[in-house]
Amino acid sequence: MGAALPVVAALREFLPERAILHEEEDTRPYECDGLTAYRQLPMVVALPETEEQVQRVLKACSAMNVPVVPRGAGTGLSGGALPPGDGVLLSMAKFMRVLRIDPLARLAVVQPGVRNAVVSELAAPFGLYYAPDPSSQIACTIGGNVAENSGGVHCLKYGLTLHNVLGLRGFTIDGEPIELGGAAPDAPGYDLLALAVGSEGMLAVVTEVTLKLLPKPQTARVIMASFDDVEKAGAAVADVIAAGIVPAGLEMMDRPATRAVEQFVAAGYDLEAAAILLCESDGAPEEVEDEIARMKTVLGRAGATRMTVSRDEAERLRFWSGRKSAFPAVGRISPDYYCMDGTIPRKRLGEVLRFIAAMEQKYGLRCPNVFHAGDGNLHPLILFDANDPDQLHRTELFAAEVLEKCVEVGGTITGEHGVGVEKINQMCVQFRPAELELFRAVKRAFDPRGLLNPGKAVPTLARCAEYGRMRVHGGRLPHAELPRF
Amino acid sequence: MIAAFVGRIREAAARGGGLRLRGGGTKDFYGNALRGEILDTRGHAGIVAYEPTELVVTARCGTLMSDLESSLSQNDQMLPFEPPHFGPEATVGGCVAAGLSGPRRAAAGALRVFVLGLKLVDGRGEVLSFGGQVMKNVAGYDVSRLVAGSLGTLGLIAEVSLKLAPRPQAEATLRLEMPQARALEAMNRWAGQPLPISATAWHDGELTVRLSGSAAGVRAAAAKVGGAAVDAAFWTGIREQSDAFFSGPEPLWRISVPSTSPPLDLAGDPLIEWGGGLRWLKSGENPQSIRDAARRCTGHATLFRAADKSAGCFAPLEPVLARLHRELKSAFDPAGIFNPGRLYPEL
Repeated sequence: MGAALPVVAALREFLPERAILHEEEDTRPYECDGLTAYRQLPMVVALPETEEQVQRVLKACSAMNVPVVPRGAGTGLSGGALPPGDGVLLSMAKFMRVLRIDPLARLAVVQPGVRNAVVSELAAPFGLYYAPDPSSQIACTIGGNVAENSGGVHCLKYGLTLHNVLGLRGFTIDGEPIELGGAAPDAPGYDLLALAVGSEGMLAVVTEVTLKLLPKPQTARVIMASFDDVEKAGAAVADVIAAGIVPAGLEMMDRPATRAVEQFVAAGYDLEAAAILLCESDGAPEEVEDEIARMKTVLGRAGATRMTVSRDEAERLRFWSGRKSAFPAVGRISPDYYCMDGTIPRKRLGEVLRFIAAMEQKYGLRCPNVFHAGDGNLHPLILFDANDPDQLHRTELFAAEVLEKCVEVGGTITGEHGVGVEKINQMCVQFRPAELELFRAVKRAFDPRGLLNPGKAVPTLARCAEYGRMRVHGGRLPHAELPRF
Repeated sequence: MIAAFVGRIREAAARGGGLRLRGGGTKDFYGNALRGEILDTRGHAGIVAYEPTELVVTARCGTLMSDLESSLSQNDQMLPFEPPHFGPEATVGGCVAAGLSGPRRAAAGALRVFVLGLKLVDGRGEVLSFGGQVMKNVAGYDVSRLVAGSLGTLGLIAEVSLKLAPRPQAEATLRLEMPQARALEAMNRWAGQPLPISATAWHDGELTVRLSGSAAGVRAAAAKVGGAAVDAAFWTGIREQSDAFFSGPEPLWRISVPSTSPPLDLAGDPLIEWGGGLRWLKSGENPQSIRDAARRCTGHATLFRAADKSAGCFAPLEPVLARLHRELKSAFDPAGIFNPGRLYPEL
């Protein structure tokens, strides 16, 4: 508490009392984000309401050398908003206004605390929508989506947050205002907008976002296809792409996942199938008719044992409701679950699923799989009980092995959830010291003293050396080029 | 070959000399000063990996764009951003470094969003890999997309992975008579409807529209848009700037503005693309007036082709952004050897 006093006093100069939390009972709700395994009470929570207040929080913290961690809705799954024990958690929750929807220019200007789903709701009367739809879209906010470059189930065709954000306004850690991108197609100089999206709140604090809106497709239908073998379902995904089709959505769930979901939402899934694919087409009615027929031919040839095409919008939404509720459904069959987020080349799917099955045996833990099959993004969900320290430990080892497998097959440790604190050790596996050093140099360009969201996303070389010592494979020491101490 | 690049780069860094990174030289006209010894990237050529079912191709910097695109078209795939070549010698490295997109930009997205990963040799001679071959990847900062369009000032792009799209089954090009203000209104209105418009261009009272998609979808959309069918070769002329509009001695400006901006009140001959977002202008008007007009619409103006570049090719940056540019440049290229002055004098 002693260290908090000067910070609280500085914030009181420009923030009302209710916008500063520092008693434990008030700061407790902020101790973690969606990754509850990591918790830390913030020294102070600040809840500014205006851009000027954000700027002054940053200037004050920067002047006192106090770390700042920005936070949206706190739904993140990698601990990116894990608070600083010695700093300020900057909640953007009060930035909830949609400032402007311009139907002719097809854009929305929103504050970062606006929930993802709200944008499409407000755009709907104009026949427009915001394409990225992460499963947490009813709760997660646009600011967090920007920080993590969130995807969703339609990003194979419509792209990630990066593809749908036109511009950002915000501040550097020193409170300097910056504007990146905008409503014009591009901006002069380096593409700092692309650098900022997905930077996990490490480079700047965003206070306003310009989003691209798309015309709502006239119609959409989804095929639910059953397979008696997970690898056949994986091969079917490649066949769809090879046929020149880019589905609006292409998702896969294995039997443990469909069974968990069915108890929860009764989506009508085939529970006998080893895996199901959801394959969606959208567009003009004649196009959808034609594409659904082509998809059915390809899926049939790939060995689908059953195919059901949604007859109306209610049925289409029901098929998707199961996929979108996968995480909470799994939450009901296990005290805790741990969601992974590796991305792999689609052709290596079978190999990676076999590996995960072997890990289930090795660690004695169950692991249903949901998979953004179209873009190779896996979300295995390891089931465990956090009250059993050994289970938690086994879960972490299980997850680490799976992520390292993703890197080994040419993929990445995180597709859309971010590195945060969770996957920081695996960064040492995916990147070499020179690459990590460049990341740190990029960070220094924006934040020379490392005050904004410190300790996240990019590990220090010392941390990698430490991790390497724990994981010596075949007598070879990773990062042998590093000085040891 | 990369070892040879590394050697040249380390040597240049040690003596503090500039290197002019160059593929086929088809974009030598673009940007400010061409300074430093030429480092020719064409020796490092070839497609490293291409699996149509992954919708990704990985190619070395010296690969000819024409070779790359013919491999893709054999599999009915394409680069969705439809990049200009500006000559048969154009290479993949130059294409990504220049960051230019073509007619399909408004529908498909810009070059940088299709860059999934790259191998970069930085100013220390370190060979670094960022991103990868997968569609979704948020491990580490998105350095690949920062490097795209940086005009070779951050490092030598040795290899790049690009996301692909299937070629549309059917296309149609239609032309309508329309004055500029009405054409701008029509392009924006259409873009808000579920129509498969893949390119637009307006010049001198004529609006040309391309539709791409399934045969049925294109037919239905053509009936809605109207106009008369014309030769699709028109788009090659726009993309490659071989169309008659682009000839002549006057400076060519590339003005990027919000698509709904009204006709720009500037002397000269305009050609509009990207649904209104890209305005080409052949004009001898004073550069400051052109830049001010662009800024009033929250856009920016680039002196794209000109004999006299004393006004600077690229719009000046706000002070905070200018500082971030300098800091990033020195993070990648501490000795300042890569394409010095090509983007901005201080980079």
